[in-house]
Amino acid sequence: MRVCHAPEAVAVLEIAKPAVEFKGVRKVFQSRSGPLEVLRDFSLTVGEGEFLAVVGPSGSGKSTVLNLLAGLDAPDEGVITCNSRFVDGVNTDVGYLTQHDSLLPWRTVEENVAVPLEIRGVPIAERRERVGAMIAGVGLKGFERHYPSQLSGGMRKRAMLARTLIYDPATLLMDEPFGPLDAQLKLVLQAELMRLWSESRKTVIFVTHDIVEAITLADRVVVLSPRPSRVKLGERIAIGRPRSVHDVRFAPAFEDHYRRLWGAIEADIGRPQHDHQ
Amino acid sequence: MTTNDVAAPAGRTGFKPHGRSWRVSRIWVYRLLFAVGFLAFWQFASGRLADPFWISSPSAIFARLTEWVRAGTLQHNLLITFKETIAGFLMGATAGVLAACVAGASDTIRRTIDPFVTAIYGLPKVALAPLFIMWFGIGMAPKIVLAAVSVFFLVFFSTLSGVREVDRKMVDALRTMGADRLRIQRCVILPAAMPWIFTGLKLGLPYGFVGAVAAEMMASNAGIGFLTQNAAGQLDTAGVFAALFALMVVTSLLNEGLGRLEAWIFRWR
Repeated sequence: MRVCHAPEAVAVLEIAKPAVEFKGVRKVFQSRSGPLEVLRDFSLTVGEGEFLAVVGPSGSGKSTVLNLLAGLDAPDEGVITCNSRFVDGVNTDVGYLTQHDSLLPWRTVEENVAVPLEIRGVPIAERRERVGAMIAGVGLKGFERHYPSQLSGGMRKRAMLARTLIYDPATLLMDEPFGPLDAQLKLVLQAELMRLWSESRKTVIFVTHDIVEAITLADRVVVLSPRPSRVKLGERIAIGRPRSVHDVRFAPAFEDHYRRLWGAIEADIGRPQHDHQ
Repeated sequence: MTTNDVAAPAGRTGFKPHGRSWRVSRIWVYRLLFAVGFLAFWQFASGRLADPFWISSPSAIFARLTEWVRAGTLQHNLLITFKETIAGFLMGATAGVLAACVAGASDTIRRTIDPFVTAIYGLPKVALAPLFIMWFGIGMAPKIVLAAVSVFFLVFFSTLSGVREVDRKMVDALRTMGADRLRIQRCVILPAAMPWIFTGLKLGLPYGFVGAVAAEMMASNAGIGFLTQNAAGQLDTAGVFAALFALMVVTSLLNEGLGRLEAWIFRWR
């Protein structure tokens, strides 16, 4: 089983029990100008409780990886397993925090956060209690009755995070969740994500284009190559936990990590991607 | 309808900057002046500029209306038309929304039925009245059916475009949370299509009314359409105008009610 294609990184990988596995996955999209091969022979293993960050040039299949794992798209070749089950059809084992706002605008914050519990038929009293606790947990107390249109971008992200965490999915997928936020807010939310994660130690796959963010949060960072993408480099982050989002960048190992990851990405920037076969 | 969009906020909340409320009330003064001026000119013109046989006069129309109200004719006939419209509207709108949800859920179904639905939609609905009268007689039933058919198509097309415009991201978000198709319909697609549904309903209501009245005019013994037709048959111009005025008041009230309901449903905006 190939875990990673970067020869220098394979040695440091020690995966306990795989929570997520991609084996030889290929994904081709039909676009107007012809087929677009996004992933080819893509393999990746994520251990249980591991926080994995995925970086790569824009247009590489970062979001596709998450969509495939969530079962919203089907691979053309290869297999994907999640918590020792094959993914075919929508994978309800994962909580998926997408890049885009997917709150229901006609529901208040508490009604939005309650959606997964409604789906699971949780009784109304328990639902109310869990929703209240979760909203407080992500720092939205006092905004329960607000509609998404009355919230700032950061608050909407918090509400989405609450809605994703409330049903306690085994695996969390996050697609540039803090992408469009300003730098300060990003740090605040990263810190809260760290806190929430250290309480639950779920498996997390976190897509970002921000190398600093990847190093700050993750146990391991993988770099994708341009289309058709595969894992180009896997970098285990040798910075101890608990980490402080403000101090990570001063850790002795940080510079090395950054240099290696940036080196892997830089080589591909500006290089034409193989769009059409 | 539009008048109330302007007037309602000032009336309901009380506290408003001076400039705005003054402007709103000034518009109301202009509206009143316009109406009074129009009616006065009509009254003046009747018998002087044109034969009252053709244009009647506001005073004669008012006299006819009071006469009808005293005798109970107006209430009786209005109620019948109103019942037909509402029954037809509810049936047509429900069927329209449900059909659009089914057609929206499956691309195959939608593309299969599309040309047929469009072809029937192209028919003038009034042309169906003789068929319905033949089938259902001259009671309320053919009017209800014609109203329902008129409403159905508008609500169907409007809802269908709403259903197809739904943000996939919301649907996908609920799918990963484990929602089934029915729940997605209920929690995402229907609320998301609500603005479109409402556009359809608002367009449909007057058409439903038109359907009911048109069927009444063809064959019936009650309703506002019958009243109009009957007055015209007796060459009673004042009676025709009085019936038309009653129609106008009813449509305005219906639209106003729908507008209020819409404001309440879309309070999240």
